[in-house]
Amino acid sequence: MKTTPAFLLPAAMLALAGAMPAQAAWQPQKPIEFVATAGPGGGTDNLARAVQNIITKYKLTDQPVVVVNKAGGSGAEGYVYGKASAGDPYKVIFGTSNAWQQPLVSKVAFNYTDLTPIAAMAQDEFLLWVKQDAPYKTAGDYLKAAASGDFKMGGAQSKDTDEVLTRMIEKAGHVKITYIPFKSGAEAAVQLAGGHIDSHVNNPSESAGQWRGGTQRPLCAFSPKRLPEGPKVTATEGWSDVPTCIEQGINIPQYEQPRTVWLPGKVTSEQAGYYVDLMKKVQATAEWKDYIEKSSQVDTFLTGEAFDAFIKQDLEHVRQVAAEQGWLVK
Amino acid sequence: MENFQSLLHGFTIALSLQHLALMVVGVLLGILVGVLPGLGAPNGVSLLLPLTFGMQPVSAIILLSSMYWGALFGGSVTSILFNIPGEPSSVATTFDGYPMAREGKSTTALATAFGSAAFGALVGVILITFLASWVAQVALAFGPAEYFAVYFLAFASFVGMGGAAPMKTVVALAIGFAIAAIGIDTVSGSVRLTMGVDELVKGVSFVVAVMGLFGIGELLIAVEEDIHARAVSSRIDWREVFRAVARLPKHGTALLRSAAIGCWMGITPGGPTAASFMSYGIAKRFSRRGRYFGSGEVEGIIAPETADHAAGTSALLPMLSLGIPGSATAAVMMGGLMIWGLNPGPMLFIDQKDFVWGLIASMYVGNIVAVVLVLLTVPVFAALMRIPFVVIAPLIVIVCAVGAYSVSNSYLDVVLMLGFGVVGYLFKKLSYPLAPLVLAIVIGDKAEDAFRQSMLMSKGSLAIFFDNRLVTSLVVAGFALLLLPLALQVLRLLRGDADTSGEKVRII
Repeated sequence: MKTTPAFLLPAAMLALAGAMPAQAAWQPQKPIEFVATAGPGGGTDNLARAVQNIITKYKLTDQPVVVVNKAGGSGAEGYVYGKASAGDPYKVIFGTSNAWQQPLVSKVAFNYTDLTPIAAMAQDEFLLWVKQDAPYKTAGDYLKAAASGDFKMGGAQSKDTDEVLTRMIEKAGHVKITYIPFKSGAEAAVQLAGGHIDSHVNNPSESAGQWRGGTQRPLCAFSPKRLPEGPKVTATEGWSDVPTCIEQGINIPQYEQPRTVWLPGKVTSEQAGYYVDLMKKVQATAEWKDYIEKSSQVDTFLTGEAFDAFIKQDLEHVRQVAAEQGWLVK
Repeated sequence: MENFQSLLHGFTIALSLQHLALMVVGVLLGILVGVLPGLGAPNGVSLLLPLTFGMQPVSAIILLSSMYWGALFGGSVTSILFNIPGEPSSVATTFDGYPMAREGKSTTALATAFGSAAFGALVGVILITFLASWVAQVALAFGPAEYFAVYFLAFASFVGMGGAAPMKTVVALAIGFAIAAIGIDTVSGSVRLTMGVDELVKGVSFVVAVMGLFGIGELLIAVEEDIHARAVSSRIDWREVFRAVARLPKHGTALLRSAAIGCWMGITPGGPTAASFMSYGIAKRFSRRGRYFGSGEVEGIIAPETADHAAGTSALLPMLSLGIPGSATAAVMMGGLMIWGLNPGPMLFIDQKDFVWGLIASMYVGNIVAVVLVLLTVPVFAALMRIPFVVIAPLIVIVCAVGAYSVSNSYLDVVLMLGFGVVGYLFKKLSYPLAPLVLAIVIGDKAEDAFRQSMLMSKGSLAIFFDNRLVTSLVVAGFALLLLPLALQVLRLLRGDADTSGEKVRII
């Protein structure tokens, strides 16, 4: 017999690999796919591409990294894809808190437990925005005016982070607000500029241009303390000049949206560990700091138990709001 | 006049040797991704985006927008030659472009399409140059009710003109709406019509649907007919390219009307797809040769192409001045703007004069570069028609399969595409019109979202559609277009004219 039977080859290669001395940690052996659960240009897509650029620039892995967008169904397409790729350590899914919030309120065919959590890498803040020429100067004035019951709040998607926050504002301020779902925060921002809605709760990066252009302004930030001081956005004001919502009498101390990174389910802990390290290396670069500052996000890194605890806590909170609104899927 | 000076300054930026070279590269790459179905402009631009990070913002946007122009032109090529629209906005081009190419006049069809497209783009750029600030304000006036009225207008101008039985049109529309509803619903957030297939949560991609309906559907029909008769001998004739372009001014009315519709739909954020359909519908109604539309009429190519490019160009304005992307490609470019450190929005015109006017000037130059390059390629593309059908048919299947797969790397999409092929074949065989089906797939869910958002805002009152002058006039115009054919029919009956529509009309 001259040739080795084909079915023995993989076994032989495995044995060989096992015998190699440098086999301390898992290393990727083929191209890695970054799956962004948002369309090109969206916040999650920008994160995936920023991480890709940093990895390529510093050659943090020998393997090429490609970004694909699976934005369908408010991101469900990407998570379902992750679920279907169980055991494949070459698919890295970039998402938001959608991973655990969406299965609560919508009959999507995945749950966050189908995926392996790697890290939460950045937190996006929420602010309350009104039209530039609106009569109210503070969030308190806004709530007083909203007591009429005619206020319209725009936001991205339905029963998602924006609507959850709207319902929290209703509860904290004892008002009724009509929520109008749009496809994206950018769309809501334009609707506010045109005066078709009264307010929205966009992330800083979604409305920075509009603030600078004088079509709308933030009333307050849903954050325990004021946002970090960065470069000025308008001629006179920057993010740190925006008061917190608690200062202004809306008792919602904190509401943030984490950008999350996942592997498919059923991967080994060495494989997950490799990506945790990789993301840590990405976060230590100057380019990452630059990305965080430009997108006005908060730098954070949650992994392992801290990440799990964060998910559990957020899940409990959203479940409560969803239950009160009757959104929970049976 | 201030704008004019800024524009001249912009030309000094755009006309450097380096930028001209970038334009040529961008346009050629654009034509390539435009011609390959499934790889359209958004994918091409996002593939190119990382390369621009080290560039000056002006150079980067010139490269990307040139690629966009190239892809817009390239998208018409496959529509005309193989009945496969590469972009939603070039669907209407297939209606007359493909029959004309089948008659052996592919050179004429391509040259006419490119010539009128260039005219539309030019009108769009001129509009941007001189009315930038006014145009930006118009877009702001559009809330959900106004959006719905615009979509309604697009449907109204198209419904009932395809030559098919009205009932069949309604059936086609209904199927289209049902397909558009698949996936997550924006307004309620719930999953609809996935029929137990997990992956369908993403919805049905337009590209998958049209490649099947048009490409594969047409192929099945062709296979059934005599295969040998399908090989078309088209002479490669350089002079015909110029002759076709030179004949364009004869259709001046159609050109101007289509450009006006295109610009209007580009500014009011109806977008290029709605614009091309609406322009085709209105041209059919008002052209003297309207009844021959669908069998290879020149004006049937001019109308959608001019409107498509006029709308595509003027849609870049809302992106720059408001920060709303008018199309998927514009969304990718906007992501680019932010990475280059620019904030799209009203301040861009004040803070970044060089960038904005450099870009606008490059639109003039880039479109001229694009039309010259693309006209040069006409004979090459036309030669594709001489390849025997037995060779080209399997290639079309491969191209469609690869195109469907590459939309989101999904095998399901390939299966769906083939399924749509069968639907397309059945529609043709049973004389059901495809155009209303496609229109409903493309703008059906947008129209639905806009309608339900309006209902949320008005707490369920239809009065919101007559709330102000803008929305009222849009709705009234829509009803007028919808009822016009009916009124004409009644008039004709009253006069006792014999029905002249006995001739065989191609159903679209």
